[in-house]
Amino acid sequence: MNSSTPDKAGVKLGMWLFLYTEIMLFGGLFVLYAAYYSKYTSVFIEAGKSLDITIGALNTMILLVSSFTVASAITAIQKKARRSAAALVGVSMVFGVLFLVNKYFEWGHKFEAGIYPGSPDLSDAEAGKSLFFGLYYLITGLHGIHIIIGLILLSISLYFITTKRIHETQFVVLENSGLYWHLVDLIWIFIFPLFYLIL
Amino acid sequence: MESPNQEHILSYTTLFGVLCILLALTAITIGVSRIDLGVLNIWAAILIAACKAGFVLLFFMHLRYETRLLQITFVVTIGSLAILIGFIFWDISFR
Amino acid sequence: MTDVPSYLKTPSSPNLKGIWVWLLTTDHKRIGVLYMISILFWFCIAVTLGLVIRTELMAEGETLMGSQTYNAVFTLHGVIMIFLFIIPGIPAIFGNFLLPIQIGSDDVFFPRLNLLSWYLYIFGGILAVVSLFSGGPPDTGWTFYVPFSVQTESGVTFTVLAAFILGMSSMLTGINFITTIHRLRMKTMGWMQMPLFTWSLYATAWVQLLATPILAITLLIIVAERIFGIGLFDPGRGGDPILYQHLFWMYSHPAVYIMVLPAMGVISEIMPVFSRKAIFGYKAIVYSTLAIAIAGSLVWAHHMFTSGMSDTAVFVFSLLTFVVAIPSAVKVFSWVSTMYKGSVLMTPPLFYALCFIYLFSVGGLTGLVLGAAGTNIHVHDTHFVVGHFHFVMFGGAGFAFFAALHFWWPKIFGRMYNFRKAYRAAILITIGFIVHYMPMLILGLQGMPRRYYNYLPQFEAGNFFAGIGGFIMVAGIMLMLVNLVQGLRKGEPAVGDPWGGTTLEWSVPSPPPLHNFLDTPRVKSYPYDFTDIMKQQAGSKKV
Repeated sequence: MNSSTPDKAGVKLGMWLFLYTEIMLFGGLFVLYAAYYSKYTSVFIEAGKSLDITIGALNTMILLVSSFTVASAITAIQKKARRSAAALVGVSMVFGVLFLVNKYFEWGHKFEAGIYPGSPDLSDAEAGKSLFFGLYYLITGLHGIHIIIGLILLSISLYFITTKRIHETQFVVLENSGLYWHLVDLIWIFIFPLFYLIL
Repeated sequence: MESPNQEHILSYTTLFGVLCILLALTAITIGVSRIDLGVLNIWAAILIAACKAGFVLLFFMHLRYETRLLQITFVVTIGSLAILIGFIFWDISFR
Repeated sequence: MTDVPSYLKTPSSPNLKGIWVWLLTTDHKRIGVLYMISILFWFCIAVTLGLVIRTELMAEGETLMGSQTYNAVFTLHGVIMIFLFIIPGIPAIFGNFLLPIQIGSDDVFFPRLNLLSWYLYIFGGILAVVSLFSGGPPDTGWTFYVPFSVQTESGVTFTVLAAFILGMSSMLTGINFITTIHRLRMKTMGWMQMPLFTWSLYATAWVQLLATPILAITLLIIVAERIFGIGLFDPGRGGDPILYQHLFWMYSHPAVYIMVLPAMGVISEIMPVFSRKAIFGYKAIVYSTLAIAIAGSLVWAHHMFTSGMSDTAVFVFSLLTFVVAIPSAVKVFSWVSTMYKGSVLMTPPLFYALCFIYLFSVGGLTGLVLGAAGTNIHVHDTHFVVGHFHFVMFGGAGFAFFAALHFWWPKIFGRMYNFRKAYRAAILITIGFIVHYMPMLILGLQGMPRRYYNYLPQFEAGNFFAGIGGFIMVAGIMLMLVNLVQGLRKGEPAVGDPWGGTTLEWSVPSPPPLHNFLDTPRVKSYPYDFTDIMKQQAGSKKV
């Protein structure tokens, strides 16, 4: 930041350090998950069955593909293909929104079924069930917030690409937004089996 | 830390290959979860998730081509998280 | 020294006018001064609250306030002291000001992020004030233990959010420091040529980075519990309140090292300068710093020996706690050995540093009493803990903070203070400190619990003495601050290197110019090489 050419490696290092804090932030919730899973294994498995695997798998694929498109956008910008980079970021954002729409319907169904934090159904259920859904809502909720932040970062990158502030020699903003987006994907990679697939 | 501006360009085919592996692993993890393996189920799920995370990190996030510093500090972070999760079992498993 | 205007006279960007020169600055030195003003403000408030607590306790029964007010006062004292004073204290003020200079850089890596951290700090402070007026002041203690923190009617939500914001501020500072040390260190300065204060900030930054998010999520869970009633820690729904304590201490024990590691760094700078001798065991101090950062993060559950945790966990965490004592002792021995056969020059910073070594050692040794699973049962949650904690935090981090103030004050503001008054203040603070906290250790052994506004008649004498000590100590603190501020106006102008230091910050004018260095600094192959300084001294004596 002293000279005219910003130190890219430093900016990226800063971003990675920030990602570490995000990993630890979600890590705290996974600590709780591990503890409660070991205590209420059968209840967790039973509760996990009520989550819709199809929607979960669909959302997993959506995030994986969007991660791929973001990574390709970086390749594109390195290859000076500005248009395709912009298009790829745009597609990623569409996938991000799709994910949120799915999540919205998924949560909606659960709410209708009387499963939401502090609901009477959960309070009366056997010990452990409300823990599973409490963690489910906390983790997916926090994850959803991160998706929204990721979308904001991607839209900033998209704006910079169209205004040519991001180009083949100067694309650290896109790279960092991409890193953030991949992190959101990483966390989902763990959420999906731990909540939807436990048997 | 040296020559930070030497960029590695990943080809579209590599990225697409990684995506295919990731999707395949997703299918595998769903498949495995439908077979009752007892306690092994959760470990299989975590292991496959870790593989997927590894692919995302190494290729999509370019960690494979990053400096040693980033690679080490990443492992340190994951290690600390593992210790935090592991150490509470000193309490939970023996209570 | 050539006449280059100091940073106090040059705005970091020429378009800034009036008050904005300060409020929108990206200069790490100005931000350090901003932190200093705001942190000292909160420090004074928390000291007052602490004095109110001890005054209430001086006599048996209700004297100043009722139990509810008392609960609020000790909660606020704890929250402000921990989150608004000790945690940011040394890193945010002295780290910001000195870290870039010590490694030969002109600023931190992310200057704007640095300013944002300060605003987050201020915002967190404001939220803490808001929490007083939204449903009543918080009464949970600074630990926010469930289930009480979820059930209480008082404004805990805002206090918790304040701590969350302050945590973010400290985390961002950590990110900034690590990046700065990695990327902006002079190419000629290797890792083992870095000043020890910078080393301690580096280790601290890593702890901040990896531990603070755990606190953040813990606090968010409390907020979520209070708003949505999830019941994650509610035994009625299968939850486990002890897990809350695990999560809380996973941050809050490492936080103790966030507070004390930079303090140790300060002492490691002061000891060699005033002994005119290379620090004893430079590498030993570096490695012990890292060892404390690592081992200190693995001992959190020693706060929970009586909480109903498993016996195995008690055993493991007690053992690990003893391990932390080793690197801490290595440092103490190194500091003391540095003085051996040195030509010791007594100054106010050295005086505070020596008090630090003594008080911190007492704190550390009482810590072993608490870390041992057996004795812990006897003194758990008594005034012994209060005494121990204050010996480590105030006698340790606090005294190092005062030492740093006196050590770098001439560097930051370019003015000396009155030595005689500084000594008087230091002696008052130290005597007051011992009279204040020693009785607490005894009271605790006799069985007086902490956090009650009243006690049994047999504890009155001890509490009375502690109160007297408190007043002496606060008088000393006031004298110290007044003396420093008076120095700004009346003090003699300080030269670039008033003490004869060897690290890079002493090679620049006091106060430093905007870009810190007038020409490329020359890095010594060993940061604590006093040969030149000794030659100069010998030369000046002959004249």
